[in-house]
Amino acid sequence: MVELALFALMGLGALAGAVTVVMARNPVYSAMGLLATLLSVAVLYVVQLAHLVAAVQVIVYAGAVLTLFLFVIMLIGVDQVVDTDERLRYQRPLVGGVAGLIILFAAALTMLGDFDWVPPATVMNPDATNGTVEAVAVPLFTDWVLAFEATALLLTVAAAGAIALAAYRRRRV
Amino acid sequence: MIVEPGWYMALAAALFLIGAMGMLLRRNALVMFMCIELMLNAVNLTLIAAGRALNDLNGQVAVFFILVVAAAEVVVGLAIIVSIFRLRATASVDELSELKG
Repeated sequence: MVELALFALMGLGALAGAVTVVMARNPVYSAMGLLATLLSVAVLYVVQLAHLVAAVQVIVYAGAVLTLFLFVIMLIGVDQVVDTDERLRYQRPLVGGVAGLIILFAAALTMLGDFDWVPPATVMNPDATNGTVEAVAVPLFTDWVLAFEATALLLTVAAAGAIALAAYRRRRV
Repeated sequence: MIVEPGWYMALAAALFLIGAMGMLLRRNALVMFMCIELMLNAVNLTLIAAGRALNDLNGQVAVFFILVVAAAEVVVGLAIIVSIFRLRATASVDELSELKG
């Protein structure tokens, strides 16, 4: 019952935030909508016992990534005129139509409960997927240690690339 | 009344769809970037729900890797947007047509 209430509340919050991201004229409002979605999804992670992932979501996404977004928005300037000339005549209704079809498809699948292409476990065992730090660390540092090392390399390369892009000055000709 | 993992997947599908629509409809490069983050989050939610449905912790490990890759992607992408802004003083993707043949 608690899970249902949380799912409804946080699901609505996530959807409202997502719609705000797309609809808001001001990019700052978009960032705030993204923040609402990220925090709602973090609560949904906790409901599903993914504790560590939820904590990382709040720290990395809502903390670091969103701060970076706001920083760049402030750097570029928020008071830009939204150009109103329409260069996409039929694409927008097309996107709406396709989106409606996909929503109907997803809703039909959910109502029918037909997820047969992945056979679910017969009994859900909350102990097996209780994502504490220790429980997540064991597969992370045994089965996936090579991928873990690769992401360390990726982060180093990304940081170096960002610094190289920021320090780059165009030579005057 | 129990919340099935499929419900979470449906919510994630809706979030992904909103993100994809924003990606297609908006022209501000920053907002498009935020829509990418939205889609990544939807996929993360799907992976967590699937891991719970399958009694498998590897779903949460996969979410970790997606988080790391998303963070790296944001760092490089925002640096590119800032350097484009320094060059062209615009963040609208319609204005960027140097590669047009």
